[in-house]
Amino acid sequence: MTTTATIEAVWRIEQPKLAARLTRRLRDVGLAEEVVQDAFLEALERWPRDGIPRNPAAWLTRVAINRALDRLRRTVMLDGKHRELAIDLAELEREMPDMEAALDEDIDDDLLRLIFTACHSMLPAEQRVALALRMLGGLTTPEIARAFMVPEATIAQRIVRAKRALRDAGVAFDTPRGEQRRERLAAVLEVVYLIFNEGYVASVGSDWLRAGLCDEALRLGRLLAALMPEEPEALGLVALMELNASRFAARIDKAGNPILLLDQDRSRWDWSLARRGLDGLNRAMALTPTPGRYLLQAMIAACHARAVSVADTDWIAIAAFYQALALAAPSPIVEVNRAVAVGMAFGPTQGLAIADGLQDEPRLRDSHLLPTVRGDLLEKLGRIEEARAEFRRAAELTGNERERALLLARAGRHHLNVNTAYRSTRQRPL
Amino acid sequence: MRFMMLMIPGGYATAAPDVMPSANAVEEMMKYNEALKRAGVLLALDGLHPPSTGARVSFKGGKPTVTDGPFAEVKEVLGGYWMIDVRSREEAIEWARRCPAGENDVIEVRRVQEMSDFPEDVQKAVVEGFSGLKD
Repeated sequence: MTTTATIEAVWRIEQPKLAARLTRRLRDVGLAEEVVQDAFLEALERWPRDGIPRNPAAWLTRVAINRALDRLRRTVMLDGKHRELAIDLAELEREMPDMEAALDEDIDDDLLRLIFTACHSMLPAEQRVALALRMLGGLTTPEIARAFMVPEATIAQRIVRAKRALRDAGVAFDTPRGEQRRERLAAVLEVVYLIFNEGYVASVGSDWLRAGLCDEALRLGRLLAALMPEEPEALGLVALMELNASRFAARIDKAGNPILLLDQDRSRWDWSLARRGLDGLNRAMALTPTPGRYLLQAMIAACHARAVSVADTDWIAIAAFYQALALAAPSPIVEVNRAVAVGMAFGPTQGLAIADGLQDEPRLRDSHLLPTVRGDLLEKLGRIEEARAEFRRAAELTGNERERALLLARAGRHHLNVNTAYRSTRQRPL
Repeated sequence: MRFMMLMIPGGYATAAPDVMPSANAVEEMMKYNEALKRAGVLLALDGLHPPSTGARVSFKGGKPTVTDGPFAEVKEVLGGYWMIDVRSREEAIEWARRCPAGENDVIEVRRVQEMSDFPEDVQKAVVEGFSGLKD
């Protein structure tokens, strides 16, 4: 076992707690983030030489506080006067000897406050994501940049801007209550789900860090669920991620092309993970009579997870959950999915009625999604010429070469049994 | 990646069927379990009754033979496990180090085999086997 790997392991475990502890002491997310990084760099430099301290958490906390004092003293000196600081320097110095005792304090509240602050709804989503991965996931800026396939400078800038915005707005380090809570919680959960989806769309052979984002999101989600066991949406989000992650191995073929849920080989799903998701979903559902967007999506994912085959799927339930989702979190994508589910549950005529209503939707104009779905429903109704036109339109709009080929095949080979021709090109027909 | 931390408590092989840990030990262990949960890494955990109430099925000569516990010849037996999801072997070991275990206890840290660890032909066999199980 190399020391560096051990330091990283200790770091992963200690980092969020350290960030939470420091943010409370310093009343400044930005400063806390900086000195926590300082402490890690110092550990990387000193531990391989001096050995890993007996109490790494205490060591890291002490170093971080010292660095904070250094920085604050320097600020005061440079300004030539006591600029208004968020905290009292002298008080911080007095607290130093108690650091080790402070490690035993209950950290839950501070962690929760840090989560709500780093993922504050006033920040743009991309800044929230970067700050959360940095302060809660313990990822470095280069790691985040690699995972999101953007330049390091971009991530660094997002973090700097987020910290500045939080400082300028004088955001309090607290846990929101009452009216505010719903909006702030939504901002937190959105961050976790964005991170998860970024990892979920990672293709075969892409950087392991990228696919690892799913695991990061799952851990963050489980952390949230542990801290807020009474929030049905937090539990619902974890269940949703677990159910989606259970299909991870089946979601792309060997060439790295995505395989649609209905075409996936269900024996490749991770059933132990799916079971965890279903258990979590049951716990979440017991908490509320009115499921929100994550819980509803988890309920839909659960219908798929429970079905041995596509034919075995409870499409009526799925259609109902999509209807509820359309009310809880309206979006044209939800409507398209509802059209598919209604088509499966009640027949293509009903599905097409919903899909037709979306044709003027500007947010779907550049997507192949709606023409693909319409083409499928029209084909089932035997309106072959119209279906062909829709598949051709979808083929023009898709950015995926393989998908284009499949759509063109469906557009051209209508005289065959189109559905068979289509499915036979898939890895394993259901 | 998933790891199992396998708890091998000292003296558990010969423990009485009704042996129970002290309230203090349980409290310490609960704190540890909470820490695992709070870090978002805990997937599952369970404790096992002592082997004196268990049985061993061995297959010498290709035939199953059942022996009731306790098992005089066995020195180390499982007392329970944690299943955790962490980023590295080192992180799993670091969690094991933090366990409030007794001085005669041992924790064995083992990585869980994932489907992707198997060569392609084995994966295929596993997948086909599972399809059969679900029908």
